[in-house]
Amino acid sequence: MSEHRPVAPPDRRVAALEAAFEARGLDARAFVDKQVRVSEEDWVPQNGARVVAKAWTDPAFRERLLRDGRSAVAELGLTMPAHHRHLVVLENSPTLHNVICCTQCSCTAYTIIGLPPDWYKDFEYRARVVRESRTVLREMGLDLAPEIEIRVWDTSADTRYMVLPVRPAGTEGWSEERLAAIVTKDAMIGVARL
Amino acid sequence: MDGMHDLGGKQGFGPVRHSPRANVFHEEWEKRGNALLALAVKSGFLNMDEYRHAIERMEPRHYLAAGYYERALTGLLTMLVEKGVVSRDELERLAGGAIPLARPSAPGRPNAAVRERFAKGDRVRVKEDFIPGHIRMPAYIRGKTGVVVAESPAYPFPDAHAHGVHADDEPTYDVAFRAEDLWPHGADPALVHVGVFQSYLERA
Repeated sequence: MSEHRPVAPPDRRVAALEAAFEARGLDARAFVDKQVRVSEEDWVPQNGARVVAKAWTDPAFRERLLRDGRSAVAELGLTMPAHHRHLVVLENSPTLHNVICCTQCSCTAYTIIGLPPDWYKDFEYRARVVRESRTVLREMGLDLAPEIEIRVWDTSADTRYMVLPVRPAGTEGWSEERLAAIVTKDAMIGVARL
Repeated sequence: MDGMHDLGGKQGFGPVRHSPRANVFHEEWEKRGNALLALAVKSGFLNMDEYRHAIERMEPRHYLAAGYYERALTGLLTMLVEKGVVSRDELERLAGGAIPLARPSAPGRPNAAVRERFAKGDRVRVKEDFIPGHIRMPAYIRGKTGVVVAESPAYPFPDAHAHGVHADDEPTYDVAFRAEDLWPHGADPALVHVGVFQSYLERA
């Protein structure tokens, strides 16, 4: 019958699955309500921003973060799903720029840098950033000087990545909180510098 | 499989539709669908490799026309129907319309019988594997040579794990490729780092 009936819109498909789970005794509605709040309130780029600000102000933490990202973010009370076994933190410098992507789907360290934005999941970014990195970054507003080397990280296994941006000049003496407020999701993906 | 999803290096796409304040979600069902995926994984109905492969198996026209969360939903529903957790008839009755699912799966494969341990600095080549099932080797590195930069913790071998075949954990290597080697005379110079499963690699 599937071939001849009109396709149910996605909201109806989701509601159907929720009802089917309920019918099996799974407390789907309550779980989903709670999980939606988690995805909106807990998986936010402010987490990664705290990590970056701490790395900028605490050299011992920065070292631990670069060595073992997953353990280091746990010090700030941040967790990752069980299947993300490794967090690699990619440190930018005045002469090196890192940018992350997932060409085959849209994997990200979403509990740390937030769920991926639309454009990260779009075909344009996934197809082009590995092959035309400098051009794509320029089109996105980041015109890197020719002497800056680019490294693109394609998330093809369950290791996750985040970019540690260069601390902007003129922020000496700022508190961690004030520093965290200037760190963006785009900078932790690597399509912007601060 | 050399599927529609494997987009790295494909040409013809225009500018990224970028906005610094881009949304994650647009509609309520996207959030709820994403949460149902979490519930299904938590309940042990599917693993992430099965889920990813179900998305890859979507009919290409549907894959290209659907947004991210519709692709995710299609992968989830496909796995739940294939595993017998829910039936397509029940879902279609509850939804009041047809439920598009992905195309059937081809067989998976176990970890490579012989796997070599590599160290930082080793030159490695990606094997020329053409397989019909799930693989986490983007086609743009197939047959290409790069340098091992680091080793990541072991993960279940996706080519097996996505197909109910026994999957041993194996290391993935962070391999750096020169974009100029991946697409000679056709790429912006850069290093492209890919997490490559041990089974896909041989010494160069």
